[in-house]
Amino acid sequence: MSSSTDRGGSFVSVAHGVAWRNLHNHFSHPMYYIPSLVFPLLFFTAFTGALGALTDLPGFEFEAGYEGFQYVFVLIQSAAFGGVFTGFAIARDFETGFARRLLLAAPNRQGIIAGYALAALGRWVFTALVVTGVAFAAGMTMPGGVGVAGLYALALLVNGAGILFASGVAMRMRTVQAGPLMQTPVFLALFLAPVYVPLAVLDGWIETVARFNPFTAFLEAGRGFLVGRPTTVGLAFGLAVALLVLFGWWAHRGLRSAESAG
Amino acid sequence: MREFVRQVAVLGRRSIMRTLRQPASIVPSLLFPLILLAVNTGGLRGATNLEGFPTDSFLDFALGFAFLQGAVFATVNSGTDLARDIQTGFMNRLALTPVRGVALIFGQLAGVAVLALLQAVVFLGAGLAAGASVRAGVSGALVILILSFLVSVAFAGAGALLAVRTGSGEAIQGLFPLVFATLFLSSMNMPRNLIDADWFRVIATINPVSYLIEGIRSLILEGWNVEALALGFGVVFVILVVGIGGAVLALRSRLARV
Repeated sequence: MSSSTDRGGSFVSVAHGVAWRNLHNHFSHPMYYIPSLVFPLLFFTAFTGALGALTDLPGFEFEAGYEGFQYVFVLIQSAAFGGVFTGFAIARDFETGFARRLLLAAPNRQGIIAGYALAALGRWVFTALVVTGVAFAAGMTMPGGVGVAGLYALALLVNGAGILFASGVAMRMRTVQAGPLMQTPVFLALFLAPVYVPLAVLDGWIETVARFNPFTAFLEAGRGFLVGRPTTVGLAFGLAVALLVLFGWWAHRGLRSAESAG
Repeated sequence: MREFVRQVAVLGRRSIMRTLRQPASIVPSLLFPLILLAVNTGGLRGATNLEGFPTDSFLDFALGFAFLQGAVFATVNSGTDLARDIQTGFMNRLALTPVRGVALIFGQLAGVAVLALLQAVVFLGAGLAAGASVRAGVSGALVILILSFLVSVAFAGAGALLAVRTGSGEAIQGLFPLVFATLFLSSMNMPRNLIDADWFRVIATINPVSYLIEGIRSLILEGWNVEALALGFGVVFVILVVGIGGAVLALRSRLARV
Protein backbone atom coordinates (compact mmCIF):
# COMPACT_ATOMS: atom_id res chain seq x y z
CA MET A 1 0.00 0.00 0.00
CA SER A 2 2.69 2.44 1.03
CA SER A 3 4.80 1.34 -1.94
CA SER A 4 2.04 2.19 -4.41
CA THR A 5 1.51 5.53 -2.63
CA ASP A 6 5.26 6.24 -2.99
CA ARG A 7 5.11 5.40 -6.67
CA GLY A 8 2.11 7.68 -7.12
CA GLY A 9 3.81 10.45 -5.16
CA SER A 10 7.04 10.22 -7.11
CA PHE A 11 5.12 10.16 -10.39
CA VAL A 12 3.33 13.37 -9.44
CA SER A 13 6.45 15.09 -8.13
CA VAL A 14 8.49 14.19 -11.24
CA ALA A 15 5.66 15.30 -13.55
CA HIS A 16 5.27 18.53 -11.60
CA GLY A 17 9.00 19.29 -11.67
CA VAL A 18 9.41 18.56 -15.38
CA ALA A 19 6.29 20.56 -16.28
CA TRP A 20 7.30 23.56 -14.16
CA ARG A 21 10.82 23.67 -15.60
CA ASN A 22 9.57 23.39 -19.18
CA LEU A 23 6.92 26.06 -18.71
CA HIS A 24 9.41 28.35 -16.99
CA ASN A 25 11.93 27.96 -19.82
CA HIS A 26 9.23 28.41 -22.43
CA PHE A 27 7.77 31.63 -21.06
CA SER A 28 11.18 33.09 -20.14
CA HIS A 29 12.41 33.04 -23.74
CA PRO A 30 10.48 34.91 -26.45
CA MET A 31 12.29 32.84 -29.10
CA TYR A 32 10.41 29.78 -27.77
CA TYR A 33 6.89 31.12 -27.25
CA ILE A 34 6.71 33.56 -30.16
CA PRO A 35 6.77 30.91 -32.95
CA SER A 36 4.03 28.90 -31.24
CA LEU A 37 1.93 32.08 -31.14
CA VAL A 38 2.89 33.47 -34.54
CA PHE A 39 1.89 30.47 -36.64
CA PRO A 40 -1.77 30.14 -35.52
CA LEU A 41 -2.23 33.91 -35.54
CA LEU A 42 -0.64 34.12 -38.97
CA PHE A 43 -2.85 31.37 -40.37
CA PHE A 44 -5.95 32.97 -38.83
CA THR A 45 -5.11 36.44 -40.15
CA ALA A 46 -4.02 35.32 -43.60
CA PHE A 47 -6.88 32.89 -44.19
CA THR A 48 -9.72 35.01 -42.81
CA GLY A 49 -8.34 38.14 -44.46
CA ALA A 50 -7.66 36.72 -47.91
CA LEU A 51 -10.14 33.91 -48.32
CA GLY A 52 -13.41 35.28 -46.93
CA ALA A 53 -14.83 35.28 -50.47
CA LEU A 54 -14.87 31.48 -50.38
CA THR A 55 -18.10 31.66 -48.35
CA ASP A 56 -19.78 32.71 -51.63
CA LEU A 57 -19.10 29.27 -53.11
CA PRO A 58 -22.16 27.06 -53.64
CA GLY A 59 -22.47 24.57 -50.76
CA PHE A 60 -20.43 26.66 -48.30
CA GLU A 61 -22.77 27.23 -45.37
CA PHE A 62 -21.42 28.06 -41.92
CA GLU A 63 -23.36 30.20 -39.46
CA ALA A 64 -20.28 31.47 -37.57
CA GLY A 65 -18.80 33.07 -40.71
CA TYR A 66 -15.34 32.46 -42.16
CA GLU A 67 -13.72 33.71 -38.93
CA GLY A 68 -15.45 30.91 -37.00
CA PHE A 69 -14.65 28.38 -39.72
CA GLN A 70 -10.93 29.20 -39.54
CA TYR A 71 -10.91 29.60 -35.75
CA VAL A 72 -11.65 25.89 -35.35
CA PHE A 73 -8.81 24.97 -37.70
CA VAL A 74 -6.38 27.29 -35.95
CA LEU A 75 -7.38 26.02 -32.50
CA ILE A 76 -6.87 22.37 -33.51
CA GLN A 77 -3.64 23.30 -35.32
CA SER A 78 -2.27 25.14 -32.28
CA ALA A 79 -3.20 22.18 -30.06
CA ALA A 80 -1.35 19.71 -32.29
CA PHE A 81 1.66 21.99 -32.70
CA GLY A 82 1.70 22.82 -28.99
CA GLY A 83 2.57 19.15 -28.59
CA VAL A 84 5.10 19.14 -31.41
CA PHE A 85 6.94 22.24 -30.15
CA THR A 86 7.19 20.63 -26.70
CA GLY A 87 8.77 17.66 -28.49
CA PHE A 88 11.48 20.08 -29.69
CA ALA A 89 12.13 20.99 -26.04
CA ILE A 90 12.54 17.28 -25.17
CA ALA A 91 15.05 16.86 -28.01
CA ARG A 92 16.90 19.96 -26.81
CA ASP A 93 17.03 18.51 -23.28
CA PHE A 94 18.69 15.39 -24.69
CA GLU A 95 21.21 17.45 -26.67
CA THR A 96 22.23 19.46 -23.61
CA GLY A 97 22.52 16.33 -21.48
CA PHE A 98 19.76 17.44 -19.11
CA ALA A 99 17.42 14.60 -20.10
CA ARG A 100 20.05 11.96 -19.29
CA ARG A 101 20.55 13.43 -15.84
CA LEU A 102 16.78 13.51 -15.47
CA LEU A 103 16.54 9.82 -16.39
CA LEU A 104 19.12 9.05 -13.70
CA ALA A 105 17.49 11.16 -11.02
CA ALA A 106 13.77 10.59 -11.56
CA PRO A 107 12.31 7.93 -9.24
CA ASN A 108 9.45 7.41 -11.69
CA ARG A 109 10.34 7.87 -15.33
CA GLN A 110 6.77 7.72 -16.60
CA GLY A 111 6.39 11.00 -14.73
CA ILE A 112 8.82 12.57 -17.21
CA ILE A 113 6.44 12.02 -20.11
CA ALA A 114 3.51 13.17 -17.98
CA GLY A 115 5.45 16.32 -17.07
CA TYR A 116 6.18 17.18 -20.68
CA ALA A 117 2.50 16.50 -21.51
CA LEU A 118 1.42 18.89 -18.75
CA ALA A 119 3.82 21.50 -20.08
CA ALA A 120 2.42 21.06 -23.60
CA LEU A 121 -1.05 21.57 -22.18
CA GLY A 122 0.01 24.76 -20.34
CA ARG A 123 1.70 26.12 -23.44
CA TRP A 124 -1.34 25.40 -25.59
CA VAL A 125 -3.79 26.97 -23.10
CA PHE A 126 -1.82 30.22 -23.36
CA THR A 127 -1.86 30.09 -27.18
CA ALA A 128 -5.56 29.18 -27.25
CA LEU A 129 -6.42 32.15 -25.02
CA VAL A 130 -4.57 34.57 -27.31
CA VAL A 131 -6.03 33.04 -30.49
CA THR A 132 -9.56 33.11 -29.04
CA GLY A 133 -9.17 36.75 -28.02
CA VAL A 134 -7.98 37.68 -31.51
CA ALA A 135 -10.82 35.70 -33.11
CA PHE A 136 -13.42 37.53 -31.01
CA ALA A 137 -11.76 40.85 -31.83
CA ALA A 138 -12.01 39.90 -35.52
CA GLY A 139 -15.77 39.46 -35.18
CA MET A 140 -16.15 35.73 -34.57
CA THR A 141 -19.42 34.58 -33.03
CA MET A 142 -20.16 31.31 -31.19
CA PRO A 143 -23.74 30.35 -32.00
CA GLY A 144 -23.13 27.02 -30.23
CA GLY A 145 -22.92 28.68 -26.79
CA VAL A 146 -21.65 26.41 -24.01
CA GLY A 147 -21.66 23.46 -26.43
CA VAL A 148 -18.36 24.86 -27.68
CA ALA A 149 -16.78 23.19 -24.63
CA GLY A 150 -16.78 20.05 -26.80
CA LEU A 151 -14.40 21.81 -29.20
CA TYR A 152 -11.95 22.59 -26.39
CA ALA A 153 -12.20 19.02 -25.04
CA LEU A 154 -11.38 17.71 -28.50
CA ALA A 155 -8.47 20.14 -28.91
CA LEU A 156 -7.13 19.04 -25.53
CA LEU A 157 -7.08 15.41 -26.67
CA VAL A 158 -5.33 16.45 -29.92
CA ASN A 159 -2.74 18.33 -27.84
CA GLY A 160 -2.15 15.16 -25.80
CA ALA A 161 -1.80 13.04 -28.93
CA GLY A 162 0.59 15.63 -30.41
CA ILE A 163 2.97 15.65 -27.44
CA LEU A 164 2.94 11.86 -27.11
CA PHE A 165 3.78 11.48 -30.81
CA ALA A 166 6.53 14.13 -30.64
CA SER A 167 8.01 12.80 -27.40
CA GLY A 168 8.19 9.31 -28.95
CA VAL A 169 10.21 10.73 -31.83
CA ALA A 170 12.34 12.98 -29.60
CA MET A 171 13.23 10.15 -27.20
CA ARG A 172 14.25 7.86 -30.03
CA MET A 173 16.28 10.43 -32.00
CA ARG A 174 17.48 12.56 -29.05
CA THR A 175 18.46 15.50 -31.33
CA VAL A 176 16.81 18.73 -32.40
CA GLN A 177 17.58 17.70 -35.97
CA ALA A 178 14.60 15.35 -35.61
CA GLY A 179 12.38 18.46 -35.73
CA PRO A 180 11.17 17.85 -39.30
CA LEU A 181 10.24 14.26 -38.37
CA MET A 182 7.93 15.63 -35.66
CA GLN A 183 6.62 18.59 -37.62
CA THR A 184 6.11 17.34 -41.16
CA PRO A 185 3.61 14.48 -40.55
CA VAL A 186 1.46 16.72 -38.34
CA PHE A 187 1.64 19.59 -40.82
CA LEU A 188 0.67 17.29 -43.68
CA ALA A 189 -2.19 15.66 -41.78
CA LEU A 190 -3.54 19.11 -40.85
CA PHE A 191 -3.42 20.55 -44.35
CA LEU A 192 -4.80 17.42 -46.00
CA ALA A 193 -8.05 18.04 -44.10
CA PRO A 194 -10.79 20.53 -45.12
CA VAL A 195 -8.84 23.63 -44.07
CA TYR A 196 -10.21 26.25 -46.46
CA VAL A 197 -13.66 24.94 -47.36
CA PRO A 198 -16.00 22.27 -45.92
CA LEU A 199 -15.54 18.66 -46.96
CA ALA A 200 -18.68 18.87 -49.10
CA VAL A 201 -17.09 21.59 -51.24
CA LEU A 202 -13.78 19.77 -51.75
CA ASP A 203 -13.27 17.67 -54.87
CA GLY A 204 -10.53 15.71 -56.59
CA TRP A 205 -7.74 13.80 -54.86
CA ILE A 206 -7.74 15.97 -51.76
CA GLU A 207 -11.39 15.14 -51.07
CA THR A 208 -10.53 11.41 -51.14
CA VAL A 209 -7.55 11.91 -48.83
CA ALA A 210 -9.54 14.18 -46.49
CA ARG A 211 -12.26 11.54 -46.09
CA PHE A 212 -9.75 9.15 -44.49
CA ASN A 213 -7.86 11.80 -42.49
CA PRO A 214 -8.61 11.84 -38.74
CA PHE A 215 -8.14 15.61 -38.68
CA THR A 216 -11.20 15.91 -40.93
CA ALA A 217 -13.33 14.38 -38.17
CA PHE A 218 -11.74 16.76 -35.61
CA LEU A 219 -12.45 19.82 -37.78
CA GLU A 220 -15.98 18.77 -38.73
CA ALA A 221 -16.88 17.98 -35.12
CA GLY A 222 -15.22 21.17 -33.84
CA ARG A 223 -17.08 23.31 -36.37
CA GLY A 224 -20.29 21.53 -35.41
CA PHE A 225 -19.72 22.40 -31.74
CA LEU A 226 -19.04 26.03 -32.62
CA VAL A 227 -22.37 26.50 -34.40
CA GLY A 228 -24.37 24.28 -32.02
CA ARG A 229 -25.03 21.46 -34.49
CA PRO A 230 -22.79 18.63 -33.24
CA THR A 231 -21.70 16.29 -36.00
CA THR A 232 -19.35 13.27 -36.17
CA VAL A 233 -18.81 13.69 -32.41
CA GLY A 234 -18.47 9.98 -31.63
CA LEU A 235 -16.06 9.44 -34.52
CA ALA A 236 -13.93 12.45 -33.60
CA PHE A 237 -13.61 11.58 -29.91
CA GLY A 238 -13.13 7.90 -30.72
CA LEU A 239 -10.28 8.73 -33.10
CA ALA A 240 -8.73 11.18 -30.64
CA VAL A 241 -8.74 8.59 -27.84
CA ALA A 242 -7.38 5.95 -30.23
CA LEU A 243 -4.52 8.30 -31.21
CA LEU A 244 -3.83 9.01 -27.54
CA VAL A 245 -3.56 5.29 -26.78
CA LEU A 246 -1.44 4.60 -29.87
CA PHE A 247 0.95 7.51 -29.29
CA GLY A 248 0.98 6.81 -25.54
CA TRP A 249 2.40 3.39 -26.38
CA TRP A 250 4.78 5.03 -28.91
CA ALA A 251 6.03 7.50 -26.26
CA HIS A 252 6.40 4.71 -23.68
CA ARG A 253 8.53 2.69 -26.09
CA GLY A 254 10.50 5.86 -26.86
CA LEU A 255 11.25 6.26 -23.17
CA ARG A 256 12.47 2.66 -23.03
CA SER A 257 14.68 3.35 -26.05
CA ALA A 258 16.18 6.42 -24.33
CA GLU A 259 16.74 4.42 -21.14
CA SER A 260 18.55 1.64 -22.95
CA ALA A 261 20.70 4.17 -24.84
CA GLY A 262 22.03 5.28 -21.43
CA MET B 1 39.86 43.55 -60.16
CA ARG B 2 41.54 40.19 -60.83
CA GLU B 3 42.23 39.84 -57.13
CA PHE B 4 38.59 40.64 -56.36
CA VAL B 5 37.37 37.98 -58.78
CA ARG B 6 39.79 35.46 -57.27
CA GLN B 7 38.51 36.22 -53.77
CA VAL B 8 34.89 35.78 -54.87
CA ALA B 9 35.76 32.53 -56.65
CA VAL B 10 37.51 31.00 -53.63
CA LEU B 11 34.80 32.03 -51.16
CA GLY B 12 32.08 31.09 -53.65
CA ARG B 13 33.49 27.58 -54.09
CA ARG B 14 33.51 27.16 -50.32
CA SER B 15 29.90 28.38 -50.10
CA ILE B 16 28.71 26.07 -52.90
CA MET B 17 30.45 23.05 -51.37
CA ARG B 18 28.95 23.84 -47.98
CA THR B 19 25.45 24.08 -49.47
CA LEU B 20 25.79 20.87 -51.47
CA ARG B 21 27.08 19.00 -48.41
CA GLN B 22 23.96 19.86 -46.40
CA PRO B 23 21.03 17.78 -47.69
CA ALA B 24 19.10 19.08 -44.66
CA SER B 25 19.23 22.51 -46.32
CA ILE B 26 18.47 21.36 -49.85
CA VAL B 27 15.70 18.80 -49.39
CA PRO B 28 13.24 20.88 -47.32
CA SER B 29 13.75 23.92 -49.55
CA LEU B 30 12.72 21.81 -52.55
CA LEU B 31 10.10 19.65 -50.87
CA PHE B 32 8.10 22.05 -48.68
CA PRO B 33 7.13 24.50 -51.43
CA LEU B 34 5.97 21.59 -53.61
CA ILE B 35 3.97 20.07 -50.74
CA LEU B 36 2.28 23.38 -49.98
CA LEU B 37 1.62 23.88 -53.70
CA ALA B 38 -0.08 20.47 -53.92
CA VAL B 39 -2.11 21.01 -50.75
CA ASN B 40 -3.24 24.53 -51.67
CA THR B 41 -4.03 23.53 -55.23
CA GLY B 42 -6.25 20.73 -53.96
CA GLY B 43 -7.84 22.64 -51.10
CA LEU B 44 -8.45 25.92 -52.91
CA ARG B 45 -9.53 24.56 -56.28
CA GLY B 46 -13.06 25.77 -55.51
CA ALA B 47 -11.80 29.39 -55.49
CA THR B 48 -11.60 29.26 -59.29
CA ASN B 49 -15.43 29.21 -59.30
CA LEU B 50 -15.52 32.71 -57.80
CA GLU B 51 -16.66 35.38 -60.21
CA GLY B 52 -13.69 37.26 -61.62
CA PHE B 53 -11.06 34.64 -60.71
CA PRO B 54 -8.39 34.97 -63.42
CA THR B 55 -8.07 31.29 -64.32
CA ASP B 56 -9.88 27.97 -64.03
CA SER B 57 -6.69 26.24 -62.83
CA PHE B 58 -5.61 26.97 -59.26
CA LEU B 59 -2.31 25.26 -60.02
CA ASP B 60 -1.50 27.97 -62.59
CA PHE B 61 -2.51 30.63 -60.07
CA ALA B 62 -0.54 29.17 -57.14
CA LEU B 63 2.65 28.13 -58.96
CA GLY B 64 4.28 31.55 -58.49
CA PHE B 65 4.11 31.18 -54.73
CA ALA B 66 6.36 28.12 -54.73
CA PHE B 67 9.25 30.26 -56.03
CA LEU B 68 8.74 32.79 -53.24
CA GLN B 69 8.60 30.10 -50.58
CA GLY B 70 11.86 28.72 -51.92
CA ALA B 71 13.34 32.21 -51.57
CA VAL B 72 12.42 32.25 -47.87
CA PHE B 73 14.57 29.16 -47.40
CA ALA B 74 17.36 31.04 -49.19
CA THR B 75 17.09 33.85 -46.65
CA VAL B 76 17.36 31.49 -43.72
CA ASN B 77 20.10 29.32 -45.25
CA SER B 78 22.38 32.18 -46.25
CA GLY B 79 21.80 33.99 -42.97
CA THR B 80 22.47 30.90 -40.89
CA ASP B 81 25.65 30.04 -42.82
CA LEU B 82 27.05 33.54 -42.49
CA ALA B 83 26.08 33.76 -38.81
CA ARG B 84 27.86 30.44 -38.21
CA ASP B 85 31.00 31.91 -39.79
CA ILE B 86 30.76 34.82 -37.37
CA GLN B 87 30.08 32.59 -34.35
CA THR B 88 32.88 30.15 -35.12
CA GLY B 89 35.41 32.97 -35.55
CA PHE B 90 35.94 32.33 -39.28
CA MET B 91 35.16 35.99 -39.93
CA ASN B 92 37.75 37.12 -37.41
CA ARG B 93 40.38 35.01 -39.16
CA LEU B 94 39.30 36.45 -42.53
CA ALA B 95 39.79 39.92 -41.10
CA LEU B 96 43.50 39.11 -40.92
CA THR B 97 43.58 38.59 -44.71
CA PRO B 98 43.23 41.23 -47.43
CA VAL B 99 39.80 39.85 -48.48
CA ARG B 100 37.27 42.60 -49.28
CA GLY B 101 33.85 42.71 -47.61
CA VAL B 102 32.00 42.88 -50.89
CA ALA B 103 33.86 39.79 -52.16
CA LEU B 104 32.93 37.98 -48.98
CA ILE B 105 29.21 38.70 -49.40
CA PHE B 106 29.21 37.81 -53.11
CA GLY B 107 31.11 34.60 -52.39
CA GLN B 108 28.79 33.78 -49.54
CA LEU B 109 25.77 34.07 -51.85
CA ALA B 110 27.18 31.62 -54.40
CA GLY B 111 25.82 28.57 -52.57
CA VAL B 112 22.36 30.09 -52.38
CA ALA B 113 22.58 31.11 -56.04
CA VAL B 114 23.20 27.49 -57.08
CA LEU B 115 20.36 26.29 -54.86
CA ALA B 116 18.09 29.04 -56.23
CA LEU B 117 18.74 27.90 -59.79
CA LEU B 118 18.00 24.30 -58.82
CA GLN B 119 14.80 25.36 -57.04
CA ALA B 120 13.57 27.42 -59.99
CA VAL B 121 14.10 24.59 -62.46
CA VAL B 122 12.51 21.98 -60.14
CA PHE B 123 9.46 24.13 -59.31
CA LEU B 124 8.81 25.07 -62.92
CA GLY B 125 9.37 21.48 -64.09
CA ALA B 126 7.06 20.08 -61.40
CA GLY B 127 4.41 22.67 -62.21
CA LEU B 128 4.51 21.90 -65.93
CA ALA B 129 4.48 18.15 -65.24
CA ALA B 130 1.40 18.59 -63.04
CA GLY B 131 -0.44 20.34 -65.89
CA ALA B 132 0.40 24.03 -65.51
CA SER B 133 1.06 26.08 -68.61
CA VAL B 134 2.98 29.31 -69.18
CA ARG B 135 0.97 31.74 -71.28
CA ALA B 136 4.08 33.73 -72.18
CA GLY B 137 5.64 30.66 -73.80
CA VAL B 138 9.21 29.39 -73.63
CA SER B 139 10.75 32.86 -73.37
CA GLY B 140 8.26 33.60 -70.56
CA ALA B 141 9.41 30.46 -68.75
CA LEU B 142 12.98 31.69 -69.07
CA VAL B 143 12.00 35.05 -67.55
CA ILE B 144 10.30 33.17 -64.68
CA LEU B 145 13.57 31.36 -64.01
CA ILE B 146 15.53 34.64 -64.08
CA LEU B 147 13.08 36.52 -61.85
CA SER B 148 12.82 33.65 -59.39
CA PHE B 149 16.64 33.35 -59.28
CA LEU B 150 16.98 37.08 -58.60
CA VAL B 151 14.29 36.92 -55.88
CA SER B 152 16.16 34.12 -54.09
CA VAL B 153 19.50 35.95 -54.31
CA ALA B 154 17.86 39.19 -53.11
CA PHE B 155 16.24 37.41 -50.16
CA ALA B 156 19.57 35.71 -49.42
CA GLY B 157 21.19 39.17 -49.41
CA ALA B 158 18.62 40.27 -46.83
CA GLY B 159 19.45 37.13 -44.82
CA ALA B 160 23.15 38.03 -45.01
CA LEU B 161 22.39 41.56 -43.78
CA LEU B 162 20.49 40.17 -40.79
CA ALA B 163 23.28 37.69 -40.08
CA VAL B 164 25.97 40.39 -40.07
CA ARG B 165 23.84 42.66 -37.88
CA THR B 166 22.88 39.98 -35.32
CA GLY B 167 25.82 37.58 -35.60
CA SER B 168 23.57 34.80 -34.34
CA GLY B 169 22.26 31.77 -36.22
CA GLU B 170 19.57 31.30 -33.60
CA ALA B 171 18.31 34.83 -34.21
CA ILE B 172 18.09 34.12 -37.95
CA GLN B 173 16.12 30.91 -37.31
CA GLY B 174 13.86 32.89 -34.97
CA LEU B 175 13.10 35.33 -37.78
CA PHE B 176 11.76 32.53 -39.99
CA PRO B 177 8.12 32.91 -38.81
CA LEU B 178 8.25 36.64 -39.49
CA VAL B 179 9.66 36.20 -42.97
CA PHE B 180 7.07 33.49 -43.59
CA ALA B 181 4.37 35.92 -42.42
CA THR B 182 5.25 38.37 -45.18
CA LEU B 183 4.42 35.64 -47.71
CA PHE B 184 1.04 34.83 -46.21
CA LEU B 185 0.03 38.49 -45.88
CA SER B 186 0.20 38.93 -49.65
CA SER B 187 -1.87 38.05 -52.70
CA MET B 188 -0.50 34.48 -52.63
CA ASN B 189 -3.91 32.77 -52.28
CA MET B 190 -6.29 35.25 -53.85
CA PRO B 191 -6.06 38.04 -56.44
CA ARG B 192 -6.08 41.40 -54.65
CA ASN B 193 -9.30 42.52 -56.36
CA LEU B 194 -11.13 39.47 -54.94
CA ILE B 195 -9.98 39.96 -51.34
CA ASP B 196 -13.13 40.82 -49.35
CA ALA B 197 -11.50 42.27 -46.23
CA ASP B 198 -10.39 45.86 -46.89
CA TRP B 199 -7.68 45.78 -44.22
CA PHE B 200 -6.13 42.66 -45.74
CA ARG B 201 -6.27 44.14 -49.25
CA VAL B 202 -4.36 47.18 -47.95
CA ILE B 203 -1.72 44.97 -46.31
CA ALA B 204 -1.38 42.86 -49.46
CA THR B 205 -1.06 46.02 -51.55
CA ILE B 206 1.76 47.52 -49.49
CA ASN B 207 3.50 44.16 -49.12
CA PRO B 208 6.29 43.99 -51.76
CA VAL B 209 5.97 40.20 -51.85
CA SER B 210 2.62 40.60 -53.66
CA TYR B 211 4.40 42.25 -56.60
CA LEU B 212 7.03 39.52 -56.77
CA ILE B 213 4.34 36.83 -56.89
CA GLU B 214 2.23 38.82 -59.36
CA GLY B 215 5.23 39.34 -61.64
CA ILE B 216 5.80 35.60 -61.95
CA ARG B 217 2.06 34.89 -62.02
CA SER B 218 1.47 37.35 -64.86
CA LEU B 219 3.76 35.34 -67.16
CA ILE B 220 1.85 32.15 -66.33
CA LEU B 221 -1.70 33.52 -66.53
CA GLU B 222 -1.63 36.52 -68.86
CA GLY B 223 1.43 36.42 -71.08
CA TRP B 224 3.49 39.61 -71.26
CA ASN B 225 2.15 42.16 -68.74
CA VAL B 226 4.76 44.93 -68.77
CA GLU B 227 3.42 46.67 -65.65
CA ALA B 228 3.44 43.51 -63.51
CA LEU B 229 6.93 42.60 -64.73
CA ALA B 230 8.29 46.11 -64.17
CA LEU B 231 6.93 46.09 -60.61
CA GLY B 232 8.31 42.59 -59.99
CA PHE B 233 11.80 43.38 -61.28
CA GLY B 234 11.73 46.82 -59.62
CA VAL B 235 10.95 45.37 -56.20
CA VAL B 236 13.57 42.65 -56.55
CA PHE B 237 16.15 45.27 -57.54
CA VAL B 238 15.40 47.35 -54.43
CA ILE B 239 15.68 44.28 -52.15
CA LEU B 240 18.96 43.33 -53.86
CA VAL B 241 20.46 46.78 -53.30
CA VAL B 242 19.22 47.10 -49.71
CA GLY B 243 20.15 43.52 -48.75
CA ILE B 244 23.57 43.17 -50.36
CA GLY B 245 24.51 46.83 -49.97
CA GLY B 246 23.44 46.81 -46.33
CA ALA B 247 25.33 43.58 -45.66
CA VAL B 248 28.53 44.97 -47.21
CA LEU B 249 28.27 48.16 -45.14
CA ALA B 250 27.50 46.27 -41.93
CA LEU B 251 30.40 43.94 -42.61
CA ARG B 252 32.86 46.85 -42.40
CA SER B 253 32.50 46.90 -38.63
CA ARG B 254 32.68 43.08 -38.45
CA LEU B 255 35.88 43.05 -40.45
CA ALA B 256 37.38 46.00 -38.61
CA ARG B 257 41.14 45.66 -39.03
CA VAL B 258 42.80 47.26 -36.08
